[in-house]
Amino acid sequence: MVELATRTTQVTQDEVTPDIVGGRPSAHTPRADLDVPQGGCTAPARADAAQRFRSMGLPRPRDEYWRYTDPALLNADAPAAVALNGDEFEMFDHVDRLRLIFVDGVLDAAASDQGALDGVQIERLDQADAQPDHWVADIYGTLEQAGQSPVPRPFAAMNTAVARHGLAIRVIGTAPRPVHLIYRRSDPAADVMLHHVIKVDAGAELTLIETGMSGARSNALIEADLAPGARLHHIAAIRAGVDRVAVSHLFGRVAEAASLKSFVLSLNGSLMRHETVVDIAGDDSVAHVAGAVLGDGAAGPFHHDDTVFVTHRAERCESRQVFKKVLKNGAVGVFQGKILVQPGAQKTDGYQISQALLLDEDSQFLAKPELEIYADDVRCSHGSTTGAIDPTALYYLRSRGISRDRAIVLLVLSFLADALAEVEDDELRVEISERLEGWLNRHALASGPAVGTA
Amino acid sequence: MLEVTNLHVKLEDEDKEILKGLTLSVPASQVHAIMGPNGSGKSTLSYVLSGRDGYVVTQGEATLDGKDLLESEPEERAAAGLFLAFQYPVEIPGVGNMTFLRTAMNAQRKARGEDELSSGDFLRLVRERAKALDIDADMLKRPVNVGFSGGEKKRNEILQMAMLEPRMCILDETDSGLDVDAMRLVADGVNALRAPDRAFLVITHYQRLLDHIRPDVVHIMADGRIVRTGGPELALEVERNGYADIVAEGA
Repeated sequence: MVELATRTTQVTQDEVTPDIVGGRPSAHTPRADLDVPQGGCTAPARADAAQRFRSMGLPRPRDEYWRYTDPALLNADAPAAVALNGDEFEMFDHVDRLRLIFVDGVLDAAASDQGALDGVQIERLDQADAQPDHWVADIYGTLEQAGQSPVPRPFAAMNTAVARHGLAIRVIGTAPRPVHLIYRRSDPAADVMLHHVIKVDAGAELTLIETGMSGARSNALIEADLAPGARLHHIAAIRAGVDRVAVSHLFGRVAEAASLKSFVLSLNGSLMRHETVVDIAGDDSVAHVAGAVLGDGAAGPFHHDDTVFVTHRAERCESRQVFKKVLKNGAVGVFQGKILVQPGAQKTDGYQISQALLLDEDSQFLAKPELEIYADDVRCSHGSTTGAIDPTALYYLRSRGISRDRAIVLLVLSFLADALAEVEDDELRVEISERLEGWLNRHALASGPAVGTA
Repeated sequence: MLEVTNLHVKLEDEDKEILKGLTLSVPASQVHAIMGPNGSGKSTLSYVLSGRDGYVVTQGEATLDGKDLLESEPEERAAAGLFLAFQYPVEIPGVGNMTFLRTAMNAQRKARGEDELSSGDFLRLVRERAKALDIDADMLKRPVNVGFSGGEKKRNEILQMAMLEPRMCILDETDSGLDVDAMRLVADGVNALRAPDRAFLVITHYQRLLDHIRPDVVHIMADGRIVRTGGPELALEVERNGYADIVAEGA
């Protein structure tokens, strides 16, 4: 069922800054100039990252991992303003959780929930940075750096070098309720950089939720270091204004018998690049990376890129990549996913699936699934499909009295079900499913989708 | 109730006529069976009546309670009281059987201008009707037809029929793939629905199903037409002698 798409994509050229080097005149500091904070405990890591970034430079469309996604809007000196209406309204209101509010990428302590969470220590990144010998210095930039090989990730290096804001979260026990990072905006043109460091100690467990849109453009990075037996559930649900531009990275390191599960829901946005890099370093550990994307190009370009790299270098570990994209009105979805099994990573169980449901003939899905295996006793499978609504299933539902529009919503939800199943918490999954349904009711039916094979 | 008059149908994609002047009348309260050899157009008739894409009606008409069927959408036909039990029920992963049933019921009620069923009423009804068909709570919770055995899928079709309470029920080879016990269960489900204001059209290859669902009228179909119509004894004749004689005589 492997289907390789080879066409490259085109982001609308008229909105694009041609080239950052000597590019369009701008009042802003050129993006390639880094303002690196000095003096904190993370300063050495930042200096290294700045060096890495300078040797890599900003990505170019001819770079191997940027062939399907034009980095111009990310490379531009400044983002275009994005009107403040149309952002995510609050999610998970009925879930008991600790809310931490960020406005334009800066923690707003006054607006956030007060009080502590048993088993979890949360500090602002800049506060942690200011303390000599803070634990954050042991992790900050190290997971990102490890994830730069073999694939360079310039925006991650840039982020490590300059990010001032974010959280240092240390989990020492089982968190009694989720930590919910809520991103809000007040400046329509905010260009946000966020870097969160999460250290989950042996046997500890945390659910981390992220919702909302942090800026007109954002570069967000999470480094998550899981000690033996640690568990981290990461659930991000981003519904954004249509013009959002974002790059994000999740770097995970998973020790023995630990479990990292990440699910990202993306709705709207004009250019999004989400990279997940997981280092499966300890035996008997688990890493699941999943995403559901709904893109409608009706109100402007929609381009969403999931780039995943999972490295197995321990025995008897399981990894899953499950990505589903629903695209219409010229929306473009990209999936570049790799499972690398290092020598000695025996009994690896690796799985990867990327699927697109195209609701019309204008949309496209570009997939590059990869397996690279250097151990001889492993089970790895991957598949990628692109299709349209199944006419027989549509007829079946309609023959029971369900309207065509409603039947299509049900079939899209059916298509997304495998990705959604990666959200283990019932309450969170149900709400995400309801959001999806709401979005579909608003978007997927605006014009008649193509039915049949695409 | 169901009136089909001189119906000619061809495939949309190729110039091949499947139904060649089919005429059929099924009055309320009756059970009619259609039998016929492979390729005679039995399933096509069920698809065309229920509104599947891919067919073009070139001539003739079909009405339900005097209202034209062929111009309306499949969901409108369903709301008007037409139901097709599929020969191959479709699997819908990720959509729970209960959600599906409830969505369908309420969509039809809404289309008819009736109030939606409350959760409590729906649950009571579905449990009662499922029990009669030996459908357990697990099957109701699972995604529609996913991982169901052949018999479970057919029972699930009859459950939908029992819930939706259509006026005109078409069963397309509901007996295929069923063992004797499952067939009896399905037949009992159908018989329980027999009513003065409801009619059935049972499409089958074999007389066996008709031992359980006793037809009032049996039609033999061949090459896109009804070639002979009779009582239940016609099915027995087919069972004894095959189709060849009847088809030859009707041609």
